[in-house]
Amino acid sequence: MTYVLGRLLATLPVMAVVAIIVFSLLHLSPGDPAHVLAGETATPDEVQKIREALGLERPFLTRFAEWSLGILRGDLGHSIFFGRSVADLIVQRAGPSIALSLLAMGIAIVIAVPLGTLAAWRSGRAADRLSMGFAVIGFSLPVFVLCYLLIFLFSVKLGWLPVQGYRPLSEGAWQFFRHLALPSLALGLVYSALIARITRASMLEVLGQDYMRTARAKGLGLWRMIFRHALKNAAVPIVTVIGIGFGLLISGVVVTETVFNIPGVGRLTVDAILRRDYPVIQGVVLVFSAVYVLINLAVDLSYVLFDPRIRQ
Amino acid sequence: MTTIAALRETSVRHPAILVGGGLLVLVTLIALAAPWLWTVDPHKLSPLTRLRPPNANAWFGGDMVGRDLYSRTLYGARVSLIVGLSVAVLSTVLGLAVGLVAGFVRWFDTIAMRMMDGMMAIPAILLAVAMIALTGASLQNVVIAITVSEVPRVARLVRSVVVSLKERPFVEAADMVGTRFPALLWRHILPNAMAPLLVQGSYIFASAVLIEAALSFIGAGTPPDIPSWGNMIAEGRNVFQIAPHIVLFPGIALAITVLAVNLVGDGLRDALDPRFEKR
Repeated sequence: MTYVLGRLLATLPVMAVVAIIVFSLLHLSPGDPAHVLAGETATPDEVQKIREALGLERPFLTRFAEWSLGILRGDLGHSIFFGRSVADLIVQRAGPSIALSLLAMGIAIVIAVPLGTLAAWRSGRAADRLSMGFAVIGFSLPVFVLCYLLIFLFSVKLGWLPVQGYRPLSEGAWQFFRHLALPSLALGLVYSALIARITRASMLEVLGQDYMRTARAKGLGLWRMIFRHALKNAAVPIVTVIGIGFGLLISGVVVTETVFNIPGVGRLTVDAILRRDYPVIQGVVLVFSAVYVLINLAVDLSYVLFDPRIRQ
Repeated sequence: MTTIAALRETSVRHPAILVGGGLLVLVTLIALAAPWLWTVDPHKLSPLTRLRPPNANAWFGGDMVGRDLYSRTLYGARVSLIVGLSVAVLSTVLGLAVGLVAGFVRWFDTIAMRMMDGMMAIPAILLAVAMIALTGASLQNVVIAITVSEVPRVARLVRSVVVSLKERPFVEAADMVGTRFPALLWRHILPNAMAPLLVQGSYIFASAVLIEAALSFIGAGTPPDIPSWGNMIAEGRNVFQIAPHIVLFPGIALAITVLAVNLVGDGLRDALDPRFEKR
């Protein structure tokens, strides 16, 4: 219980620092951000408008106090382009992004954990070399390049799957999965490379332990041994890297949504960059960081399941 | 052992360094020698070769406005390598400074490490996007933005090395006999931090190349008039179905470069840290 409480409390300062960093960027950036955001062809009037919209003329601390109180109430400011609340925009676009990242995460785990386990089990042999070769390549392939390779193969050449687009689940599960198949596979493959490497390292460590030899000596079946004993003991580093790698997944979501034209939060970010809509960028950075911190909080809490020593 | 013998020994035991290093040297040479490798002006428009697939005259074909993709891909290596190297060097130097001070000065440690925790909670691409949105797209701003998001990783690494070394008898002994602080740093702390820094540096190189490409791809990176691989892929996006080569050539170049750097990183890690030695 103290552990859970401690972890919960530890996220607060991190989020506070994230908020301070995100807010200060606007005020610490060299030059005049209003000028940059307005674009090269802007009239002084337009620059002035943006300066007012961002509140650049008022004192830093006043603005920061107002802004952070707003966040605590769920108010992330207003989009310059849409004139709407940033929080609403993000909520509206959250569905596709959540679907994409969950599916990608699922695919990654389903590929990576067996692959890493196999590599550790057959350490030094062909299966190990092959799966770790796959991992290094997956780790080095930029997500969007992999996306295009998959589109080229499955959509352009074979014509099996749509080239781009998104259908919400409410329009039918079949179309939903057909449209998400390639983006989540691309994202999942890249993410799985990271997880597979850690799974291998962690399993190698566990398989070398005395209790594993004992388990084998008492005639335990291979599957029981790997699942009941080895994986459970190897779980903490694996779960940790799933959490840390989630940052990679978030960056991947932004890029993948652009490739496949998926109307999610990533696409919202890219559109905001093109429209120089800073409040939206600011809001998205804050929300994604919060999600990342929460995922890692969940990871920390999940240790309780794997390691009874923490429970005491 | 002579240097050459040592190199030979390393390359036999860790072929990843040899393969990755070889590829990396190749990419570097191509980037440096781009003007002499049968390239033409990468900016030159030529309506006749628009969307033209690879052929005998234009090995990689032409892009949407007929620029020669072979030349653009070769010149694109320059951008990726400049960004990778600058970010790796800058974030190592800055991270080293922050990490060293944090390791020795307690009050700074508390503040700096909370700060680093916060920065690491912001996904690298998004932090860079926010910074570039405010400062405008330029190669220099891309390097700064990626550096800022990589510094915390180095700082935490250096700090943890310092904290564990401080307690070690040889450092305590050196301190006790009155070794002056700069000498202590130079002789005892830095040599022990070199190996992990080198490994970390190569991973940062790879990650910087990837982030630059992703930033350019989403329109928040290298200015569009510079032929960078991310820009080229972004430009080929809308015509991918009729002219996939526009995306595929820079994409493959990008993947090979990142793979080369990651192989070097993996090899160095195996070579320098016996704990990770293959069993």
